[in-house]
Order: sequence, then C-alpha cells, then structure tokens
Amino acid sequence: MTDGQRPGIVVVGASLAGLRGAEALRDGGYDGPLTLVGDEPHRPYDRPPLSKHVLAGELHPDATALPQLTRLRAQWRLGLPAVALDRDRRVVRLADGATLPYETLLIATGARARPWPGEGADLAGIFTIRTLEDARSLRSALALRPSRVLIVGAGLIGCEAASCCRDLGLAVTLVDPNPTPLARLLGTVIGATLAGRMRASGVDLRPNVKVVAFSGEDGQVRRAHLAGGADIATDLVIVALGATRDTGWLAAAALVADPGGLTCDAACRALTTTGEPDPAIYAAGDVARWPNPLTGGRLVTVEHWGNAVDQARHAAANMLAPPTGQVEYQHVPSFWSSQFGLNIKLAGLTEGAEALAIVQGSRASHRFLAVYGRAGRTVAALSFDQARWLPAYAEAVADGAAFPPILGATDQPRIETLEPGFPSPRRSSGRSVTALETAHA
Amino acid sequence: MRVVVDLNRCQSYAQCCYAAPEHFEVRGHEILFYDPAPPEAKRSQVERAQQACPVRAIAIEPAGLAEGDEP
Repeated sequence: MTDGQRPGIVVVGASLAGLRGAEALRDGGYDGPLTLVGDEPHRPYDRPPLSKHVLAGELHPDATALPQLTRLRAQWRLGLPAVALDRDRRVVRLADGATLPYETLLIATGARARPWPGEGADLAGIFTIRTLEDARSLRSALALRPSRVLIVGAGLIGCEAASCCRDLGLAVTLVDPNPTPLARLLGTVIGATLAGRMRASGVDLRPNVKVVAFSGEDGQVRRAHLAGGADIATDLVIVALGATRDTGWLAAAALVADPGGLTCDAACRALTTTGEPDPAIYAAGDVARWPNPLTGGRLVTVEHWGNAVDQARHAAANMLAPPTGQVEYQHVPSFWSSQFGLNIKLAGLTEGAEALAIVQGSRASHRFLAVYGRAGRTVAALSFDQARWLPAYAEAVADGAAFPPILGATDQPRIETLEPGFPSPRRSSGRSVTALETAHA
Repeated sequence: MRVVVDLNRCQSYAQCCYAAPEHFEVRGHEILFYDPAPPEAKRSQVERAQQACPVRAIAIEPAGLAEGDEP
C-alpha cells in the first residue's frame, strides 16, 4: 500500500485539542496521512476570549483563530460533523454520508453548551456561549443595548458574561440556585467574596433563585418566571448552565460514552463496553473521562484550556508509541478567569474539600492565595490576583502535600482554616439547573 | 499573524507590554489583555515580546508556516 492509499490518522474535532494533538503527531515524527474533521466551518479557534473580549466588542470573533505551531500537511474536513463510528470497519461516517477510514483515531469532539431545558427555549433573545457563532450573535445582540440582560447560572461563563455586561454599562441580573456565585467550584466562602465584588460593580445578583420558564411577546423573550411565582423582566437571556460532552456520534460504537464523557484508560485509549481499551482509538480534551492518577484513579473530565493542550499532546505521544510503551496521563487541572477586574486562577480539584486556608493575603483585600484540603492533603490552590504564588502551591497539589502545605513562613501570620461551604450535592432527578464548568464525573 | 498566550502560565511580569505595548496590556493587578491577531508588519515587535516573557507563555505562528496547509 502506498502512503497515498493508507488511511493514516484521523483527528475528529478541529479544536484546540485536535490542533495541538495533530501538531504533536508531526513533531513526534509521524509522516503518514493526517486528516482533521471539524463540525464548524472555522479553523481551530480559542474559546476563552469569547466570553470576555469578544462579548465586550474589543476583539473581532475571527481574531481568535489559534496559531498553528508546526506544519501539519493535513487534510481538513471542516463544516461537517462526524455522525457515526464503525470500529469493526475502522471508519468514521460524516454528515454528508462520506466515510473516512482510519488506522488510528484521536477523538477531540469536546462539548456543547447545555441549552435551556425548560419552557420558552424557542424564543428569540436566548443565547448560550460556546462557539464562535454563539459569541458573534450574542455580541451583535448586546450592541443593540438590551434594557436588561438576565444570566442564568453563576458558573465561570455566567460570571464572566456578567462582568462584560457591566463593562458595557448594561443592566444585568445574575441568578443561580446556589447561595453564591461559583459555589460548586470554589465553595460559598470564596463565592461570597466574589458576590460582594459583583454587587459593587452593579450586578443585580440573585442567589438561591431558580428560573423555571421563559415567556415572550411576538416570539421574543420578555420575562423569566421563577420558582415561587415571581418573575423578572428581560429582553436578553444568557443561559450558562455548563456543557454536555459531544459523544452522541459514538452511540453505536460500543464505547463507554454518555453525555458526561467518553471513558478512557489511563493512557487516553477509549474503553470499549467489554472493558478493554480499543488500541486504535484515543481521546483528549473536554470529551475525555479518564482515571487521573492525581485523583487516586477516580474518573474525571476536565473542561479547561490547559487540559486540552496537555492531554492532546500526551495522547499523540501514546498514539506513536508501541503497546508496551503507553504512558499514563497525570494532570493537575488548572484554569484562569478574568472578571470584575480580578484574575482568578485555580490549580487542582476542589471537589470533596472540607477545609480552606487563606495562606497569603486576605479576602477583605480581594488579593489572596487559598488552599483547599481534603483528608489532610492539599488538593487545590486558588489565586485571586496572586498568580505568582500559585506555581509553588500547584506543586504541593501535584505532590499531595499535607494540608496546609506551607506553615510557619516568616512572612506569614497565623493561618486561618475555614470550611469552604460547598452546597450539598445536587439531586440527579428532574430538570437540572447546574453550573457545570468543571464537571467531574 | 496569530498569537496565543497560555494564561495558566502567565504571571503578569508585563515584559511583553514593554516589548510590544500596542499588542499586550495588563489590566488591574494582573489581567493580561493581548491582541491574538496583530498585523504581520508587527512581527518583530511581537516576537520580542515572546522572547522577553520570563515564563515562556507566548506562542506565535511562524511566518509562512500555514501556507499550503490551510483548511
């Protein structure tokens, strides 16, 4: 078989993970055919600016195209989603009926915004923020100066959108069923600090509030109806209820896949329903659920920029390695978020933390470094405008250091330990109003 | 040209802002706002910013790299 006839490697998902994975394959010496499939018509672009500078009108949506760092010599199949995977025949089927054979497959299909699940979903003026087109249409709508923006969900995206709307001078109401913003991610103690900052910026923050339906006039949203009977007048709604992983196209592939992710082994190989990994299929980025050694092998998905890059590069290296040379993927999840003039960064997983210690700075000053402890170990470090301290504490997280990790430094006063105040786990029944910015299965 | 900054790495030393002030800006204490698509004519300035970054957080697409490699 000549090189031109070999199917080679197919990457499904022309995303940050897909692009960095493809580059790593070339950098790793792979010289065969390489195909990238993307459901959107765009070359890979960067999502973090979409909920910030693109909404604010400071960046043109097209400016978010990601730099390519290596010559790819790839075939691009953009604007066509993959709709099915046939593992027996080793082909990916595309929406136009075409089939794409592969020798090895990298799945980087990511996630999509959870749409409004309740009544009124078909009204005009209801937006989500996930794709370039989402950001483009929301930006156009904000430029028309709506009289009140209602944001449902105070996770990272909802909070960033609220910050942008205030920067634009728009009236904004932010509702969330939890007692504070970012409550599930950071706990209510830290959330209360952010809540204060938001209110000072003029956000009408409504915690402990659930929206149950939207209604409108002439097909345009006008009112949000709350549990308990009250309502809020609005002419533009941003639904920020997290994301579901894009695994629908794998339904008939006999892989362990559901809206929570595609389960992989520690080497990023997709698990089949028989429990064995498929040695020809790898996954990376938002879509991949894997037993992170850092979490004691508990399955996690990590929907953050850094994981898309690192996991794609790791999976690519394993794709090129022999079966005996597969390396497990260990990762400290990290994210950043800029909002209300603050730079918020986290390293680690806060889930299950029962203790919180402010180790540098103070909450009152809105500049601090906090660490989260679980069973006597340091599991996460959080920075509010203290980014230079974070790497030292991120190392402590990676090492599973005792909590709190650094005691008795000469520049430190007595360290206060608090309960982080995570809301009780949400019920899985019924309609879920969730803020799943980092959904850890 | 295309630029991306790994804001997990960035610690706001602001050296990029001195090297290429039109394309990198620190807001508040440490929020980096940058231009991900500066004009090609500014490449040398933006590459100086990349060189100046103490935590090597700035990635730039090399000139001409994607030619013949476009979708």
